[in-house]
Amino acid sequence: MQNKKQIFIPLAALIVLALFNLIMDPSFFKITMGLNSEGYQVLSGPLITILDSGSELAILAIGMTLVTAASGGQDISVGAAVAIAGSVMLRVLCGTEASVSELKAPVIVAFLIACVVAMLFGAFNGILVAYFRIQPMIATLILFTAGRSIAAWINNNRLPNISNQAFTYYGGFIPGIPIPTPFIIAVACMIVIALVMKFTTLGLYTQSVGINEHSSKLNGLNPAVIKLISFVILGLCVAVVALIKVSRVSSINYSVIAKDIEMDAILAVALGGNALSGGKFNMAASILGAYVIQFLTTTLYKFKVRSDALPAYKAVVVILLVVLSAPIVRKKLSELAKKLKPAKKEVA
Amino acid sequence: MKEKAILEMKGIYKSFPGVKALQDVNFTLCEGEVHALMGENGAGKSTLIKVLTGVYEKDGGEIYLRGLEKAAVIRSPQDAQRLGISTVYQEITLCPNLSVAENMYIGRGTGVAQNWKKMNEAADKILQSLDIPAKASQQLSSCSIAIQQMVAIARAVDMECKVLILDEPTSSLDEQEVAKLFGLMRDLKKRGVGIIFVTHFLDQVYEICDKITVLRDGKLVGEYEIKDLPRVQLVSKMLGKELDDMSDIKSDAKKYEGKDADIDVFEAENLQSNAGIKPFDFHIKKGEVNGFTGLLGSGRSECVRAIFGADKVINGSVKKNGKTIRIKKPIDAMKNKIAYLPEDRKKDGIVGDLSVRDNIILATQVLRGPFKPFSKAEANKVADEYIKLLQIKTASADTPIKSLSGGNQQKVILARWLLSHPDYLILDEPTRGIDVGTKIEIQKLVLKLASEGMSVTFISSETDEMLRTCSRLVVMRDRKVVGELSGEDMTQNKIMSTIAGGGLENAE
Repeated sequence: MQNKKQIFIPLAALIVLALFNLIMDPSFFKITMGLNSEGYQVLSGPLITILDSGSELAILAIGMTLVTAASGGQDISVGAAVAIAGSVMLRVLCGTEASVSELKAPVIVAFLIACVVAMLFGAFNGILVAYFRIQPMIATLILFTAGRSIAAWINNNRLPNISNQAFTYYGGFIPGIPIPTPFIIAVACMIVIALVMKFTTLGLYTQSVGINEHSSKLNGLNPAVIKLISFVILGLCVAVVALIKVSRVSSINYSVIAKDIEMDAILAVALGGNALSGGKFNMAASILGAYVIQFLTTTLYKFKVRSDALPAYKAVVVILLVVLSAPIVRKKLSELAKKLKPAKKEVA
Repeated sequence: MKEKAILEMKGIYKSFPGVKALQDVNFTLCEGEVHALMGENGAGKSTLIKVLTGVYEKDGGEIYLRGLEKAAVIRSPQDAQRLGISTVYQEITLCPNLSVAENMYIGRGTGVAQNWKKMNEAADKILQSLDIPAKASQQLSSCSIAIQQMVAIARAVDMECKVLILDEPTSSLDEQEVAKLFGLMRDLKKRGVGIIFVTHFLDQVYEICDKITVLRDGKLVGEYEIKDLPRVQLVSKMLGKELDDMSDIKSDAKKYEGKDADIDVFEAENLQSNAGIKPFDFHIKKGEVNGFTGLLGSGRSECVRAIFGADKVINGSVKKNGKTIRIKKPIDAMKNKIAYLPEDRKKDGIVGDLSVRDNIILATQVLRGPFKPFSKAEANKVADEYIKLLQIKTASADTPIKSLSGGNQQKVILARWLLSHPDYLILDEPTRGIDVGTKIEIQKLVLKLASEGMSVTFISSETDEMLRTCSRLVVMRDRKVVGELSGEDMTQNKIMSTIAGGGLENAE
């Protein structure tokens, strides 16, 4: 039951943000069809921007939710891992050249190799957490610190550049389709995870292990394997995000790519009303939480908040949301609501 | 207020969504009395105590304490403590990695707490005066559960509590430890402390208590002097009906009479786990109910854990239906149709936040594998079926299991294993901490399952319960099997003497 109610928190936040925008500037909701710089018909408008640029966060929120639920901790290395996966991708696509227009390998090959690498790094985190029983935040601190250097090392510290139209499709638009590709990829990821949840027992096992490891063991589960799997799935999400990120700029900047995205991903999980101590989770709420964060960011940009002041504004709103969704506040609020109701009746 | 009363609760009301937990309940506690609060699971005992200690806010009624003119306002456990109401729970709520003295003074902000030496001295003095065999500087986790409980009581005494609530304090103690605890309780009685004692052990009620208040379905049944209320009447008051003759359930049960009744379903030779038990041999026939008995810590749970693969098996061989098998982890045992209901329900049994439904299907789902999930309809169907079969009291199959009472949680775990259709079921303390009615239900169920051909190993701290259900008992002492009793040998005395050393010749 708690699980179903959970989704109201990010939903309410979304509605409040939408109302705010509606009052301040109704044009926020205007979606137009126009030509983009490459000359295709594409959709544009703030809402489209949100759906577009929130994709990476939404995809990461999927993996982060599972890791949180199974291990009761968070992976803070996802940003660095995106850098590694992106770097691997470019290394495969560009070989050792600094700038290419002809790709050295098909994108799908580069992507699959990046997937394997990202999943291996995920497994590395997972093994530290599941088998060596290191606190997830500490275990992933290792990659958080070293990841971007590893990414730079993979390409010998060069910043390869791709000038190939087809490679921009993944982070931009596919000719003839007016919807941003990242959003299509994100929706595909959501469909995949929804199918996985429906046709496998991943959800039940993950929650069971997160809630009570001892009991799960006595029910025949192997908690370590379940935790490991959650980290590997997050690794897969990382690789998908890396593809989008690298395609967006056709290059990479090791210290900037996906910077601080881990914190936003964790925040998305929290905004979704999921306990960061693990156990029960609601995937849809996490994903919605990711879009709430992006909605907020885009809103602030829209109101011309200077980009260096952005985090401060964001922090204020986030504190508000998190406090409001804290169980203790929710309980008080529902008590208050109960008290107010009979009072109203008396008046009437 | 009555003259000797130190606590009076009047007309207490409390309801939760869908449940009226307490309706117009009165309760009076006098100084220097041990007052048993009795009732089935879900009768409202815990709720009443939680209202008294400020964990729940009451919906109606008043609480009066001696020395206060107006009704007491108890909004939080801190309020209760300030007013001299202290609670010692079934589960130890102290910090095991702190010292005894630190545990006694933690969070109390007294002057003593800042000076380690003074604190230890003060703690030692109290421990001594209460005759508790613990040292102030000792780490709490190095004490036995009983001592830990006594430390919790010492803490309460030192806070000058007038009302001491003991909530199921004896459920994890052996007889000697219980005797020690009772000694301490008598001592406190002399000091004028009023003690509210919640337990499921009837023997203990009649040994230590002066008065009994019985609750049923959230309502007060009555308050009785202990001498006016014989045991049978107490039980029938708690259940609200005349009790079936408790000793007779075994003779009612039919024996399994299949052709294969003489076949060993499970055999173990020289089985040993890393939990510190000596290697043991064991076998069970089809349709048989047997049990492991022995004092707490004698290794009876470790034996069945070794059978199920819950602890690491380091030695020995096992056969199932005559075929040699290997059990390295629980899933191996499950695949061989062995089921195990663990001793510690909270730690090893329930998955607290999950729904009753998910808790029921969990083991079977794991057996089916990750790619054959129960559909929603299917899961609901089996959950509803077992909720009905075992009469589990729950608002719905969607309710998180942690919000059920202990007895009902246990039934859910039982349902989980019955659903996996085992042919060998191990029940480790299935009736601990649950009420008499449910206890008998479970015992009857065990005998019924056996008559249908299931083999059951039953472990209980209560010897009468074992005598009632088992046809053969394996006796343990000091982590070693020291004897086996069956047929006419199965008497209280014989068990005692075997535990005490009568079985020495079988030891090596």
